[in-house]
Amino acid sequence: MIAVSILNRLIMAAVTLFGVAVIVFVLLRVVPGDPIAMMIAPGASPADIAALRAKYGLDLSLTAQFGVWIEAVLIGDFGTSISLRRDVLELLLSRLPATLELAFAALIVAMLIGGTVAVIGTLFRRTSLEPAIDTTNGVLLAVPDFVWALALVLMLGVFIPVFPLSGRIDPTLSIDFVTPFYLLESLVRFRFDVFFDVAAHIVMPVLALALPLATVITRILKETLLEAMVQDYVLLARLKGMSETRLVLQEALRNAVGPALSLTGVQFTFLVGGTVIVERIFAYPGIGNMAIDAVINRDLPLIQGLVLVFGSIFIVINLAVDLLAAALNPRLCHG
Amino acid sequence: MTENLLTVANLSAVSDREDGVPVLRDVDLTLRPGEVRGLVGESGAGKSTIAKAILGILPRTVRITGGRIDFKGRDLLVMKPRDLRNIMGSEIALIPQDPQTALNPARRIGFQLADGLRLKRGMSAKIAEARALQLLADVQIRDPDRIMKSYPHQLSGGMRQRVLIAAAFAVDPQLVVADEPTTALDVTVQKEILRLIRRMQEAHGTGVLFVTHDLGIVAQICDSVTLLYAGKVIEEGPVRDVLETPQHNYTKALIAAGPRYDRPDAGLEPVPEAVFRELRQEIGID
Ligand SMILES: Nc1ncnc2c1ncn2[C@@H]1O[C@H](COP(=O)(O)OP(=O)(O)O)[C@@H](O)[C@H]1O
Ligand SMILES: [Mg+2]
Repeated sequence: MIAVSILNRLIMAAVTLFGVAVIVFVLLRVVPGDPIAMMIAPGASPADIAALRAKYGLDLSLTAQFGVWIEAVLIGDFGTSISLRRDVLELLLSRLPATLELAFAALIVAMLIGGTVAVIGTLFRRTSLEPAIDTTNGVLLAVPDFVWALALVLMLGVFIPVFPLSGRIDPTLSIDFVTPFYLLESLVRFRFDVFFDVAAHIVMPVLALALPLATVITRILKETLLEAMVQDYVLLARLKGMSETRLVLQEALRNAVGPALSLTGVQFTFLVGGTVIVERIFAYPGIGNMAIDAVINRDLPLIQGLVLVFGSIFIVINLAVDLLAAALNPRLCHG
Repeated sequence: MTENLLTVANLSAVSDREDGVPVLRDVDLTLRPGEVRGLVGESGAGKSTIAKAILGILPRTVRITGGRIDFKGRDLLVMKPRDLRNIMGSEIALIPQDPQTALNPARRIGFQLADGLRLKRGMSAKIAEARALQLLADVQIRDPDRIMKSYPHQLSGGMRQRVLIAAAFAVDPQLVVADEPTTALDVTVQKEILRLIRRMQEAHGTGVLFVTHDLGIVAQICDSVTLLYAGKVIEEGPVRDVLETPQHNYTKALIAAGPRYDRPDAGLEPVPEAVFRELRQEIGID
């Protein structure tokens, strides 16, 4: 049952990715701008330019170019970055972990903040705290990630400079990472000096990405929690003398998280998209930051690779969310 | 004459949702230990309001304006919240109307059944589980081991109601309030559930306030009956007396409207409009 539906999803994922590949490929070729023009030395002869075009396969027809590219991608060859002159796959793999750490840290922080505020709002329903929480959350709901980023830079980077403004790690720290997951690796290796430095660097970009999602989670989760709190089973549990906190956490929460969870899945893809601008603001060396450079330089192979990576992330997220929802809902996993 | 387990006296309430419309008008009602009293009336008569008032779970929009609810001689309406919490779910338990919504869909039956035992009787998880297993057998559930591990959606409505009955009687309460416990069930299941409630009630010597809109059910399970209309007690007494020699025209009309308690195949005449007019005049509503 579950295996079949996962297989279905994987086939759908492959189809989706192929669609994404086609669209980005065509789009990149119809948008004006010439990558070769960005890389030639002034005064290059037409013959030199033609040679370069041939080298990157840009002299072929559109369909032929696509065929060459897709065929190569299928065997793991994403081509060579035009601007960085390095293997695209290698570039992606070296930068992706930084973005993954950032995005997942932001996701966890968003769920913690959003969930906690929703639970507090539910516990204090019909008190004066509730409208205060609702109003504040309603206003913050409209604040996008890059505004949070700029506000955080001003508050925690400039006025009260507690966190470093840019980068991922203090370059003077001596540690040879064996994996590109700095945050995880330093923690696992008990290098707390390094861990705290990496954590300090990631705090502001994480918050900038997490806070918009947290407000969404709070909004929807508090609503479903309040709905669950008036259900008969909560009433019965209250009669049995269960404390209000346990009523919310044990009785209501599991029945209320469904909608918040699926929405979090959708919003998480926006969060991953948000890494592009947020990584740029904090000069954080992930694939988002790299994407902006790739676009500026019209680095077609790199952009294509990046889009496929982002597309894959979105698909994996959606799959994970569905599986998680099934795992949490006994109706779906026990006949 | 034994002392009453429950005495509701002059209980009045209004609905703040509907501009202070009276919901209960000077309601009197008594229940002796081990007695099953039917609380009957058409929809909106105020039956659930009385049940909720006893349990202390009235919605905010319903306000009690007078009267008292004595449980074992102490007025629940003026009791300290702490004492109330000790009584509710322990000495007074509820069998809810809708078994669909009264069990937590995300928790296994066994845990939900053990809640009351752990929270109200201070049992350890292990002992509560053993006791829960016994309770499921008491309510005639076959294969209680499997049911303990099941989620509510895996059980039929009748099974769920059995679980809820087991949960209500688990703590051995003196008073069980049952708010239309069979209304949401199939007719065939209804009968079994009624018999089960009666059996559990007799085995535990529990007083039951049985809310229903069905005189036929009253005839089957109750010792005494209180008939409500628009929040007012119209007639009251032992079931046999009320059903065989009804005093009020409304009661007579209801019995005629049937399905008749003694002949379920007959009846079904609507209550004449004139009877309602008389009723409203008597109560003083226009
Ligand atoms: N939540 C509520 N807020 C205000 N008034 C209510 C509420 N629920 C019910 N009422 C009022 O109480 C009256 C009696 O309702 P209820 O006790 O539920 O009747 P019954 O259980 O006999 O069908 C209703 O007619 C309605 O006017
Ligand atoms: Mg009712």
